[in-house]
Amino acid sequence: MNKIPILKMGDFLLVTVQVDLYDGLALGLESDLVGMINKHDSRGVLIDISAVSIVDSFMGRILGNIAQMSKILDAHTVVVGMQPAVAITLIELGLPMTGVHTALNVEKGMELLKEKLLPGAYLSNEPDDSPE
Amino acid sequence: MIVLNKEIISIKTDQDAVFLRNRVSEYAKKIQMGLVNQTKLLTAASEIVRNMLRYAGKGEVLCEVLSQSVLQTGIRLTFSDKGPGIKDVALAMKDGYSTGKSLGIGLPGTKRLVNIFEIASQPGKGTKVTITKWKNG
Repeated sequence: MNKIPILKMGDFLLVTVQVDLYDGLALGLESDLVGMINKHDSRGVLIDISAVSIVDSFMGRILGNIAQMSKILDAHTVVVGMQPAVAITLIELGLPMTGVHTALNVEKGMELLKEKLLPGAYLSNEPDDSPE
Repeated sequence: MIVLNKEIISIKTDQDAVFLRNRVSEYAKKIQMGLVNQTKLLTAASEIVRNMLRYAGKGEVLCEVLSQSVLQTGIRLTFSDKGPGIKDVALAMKDGYSTGKSLGIGLPGTKRLVNIFEIASQPGKGTKVTITKWKNG
């Protein structure tokens, strides 16, 4: 069975979708991601869809679901790299991508995630050797 | 109206939807359809195939390349299944209505994405959806 790989990068999970999505694959990604957030105590999820040529109502809903599920598990989701034609189509289709944070590319997405976690993330990463 | 090319693709699993999208995308590239129109057509096809798989389990898609005049070429997709059909087509075409658990934007959304949208359904016999997208539509 095909699967979309999920990479762990520190506090974040990185997903780059490089294949054509179909319903089963998208559902698999949803459950895998939620499992990985739980397993690694991840604080953020970055989904790169720059290689995805179409997003229809089902896949759009899965992206929304992932964002909501990870929010309940205290992780932020950022979807990056959506192709302009996909964005046009999504809006004309009438899909409200509410609750999904977006950024133009992976770099900006990472910045956004770090900003969101600024207080917690930076404190936990720094060694606690401050003089009393 | 001249039909330049014809192909029938049978749909049995959700992975066949990927195959269909790739074939349609090849045809669209061949007639030099713009990227936005291509994406709209493929998304529309994806929506209808999902409905077909969900409610009828399987079906087939007739894929045709049309030429109406020298300037106007396009792609017509005919989705037919022998599923349970739609009781009230007008209601199914309304935004936000769904008998399943989905958002209810599939059919009305698809209509917005293509140039010509036709739907015929007989309860108990099946559904036939035809969508046409012009190259410069």
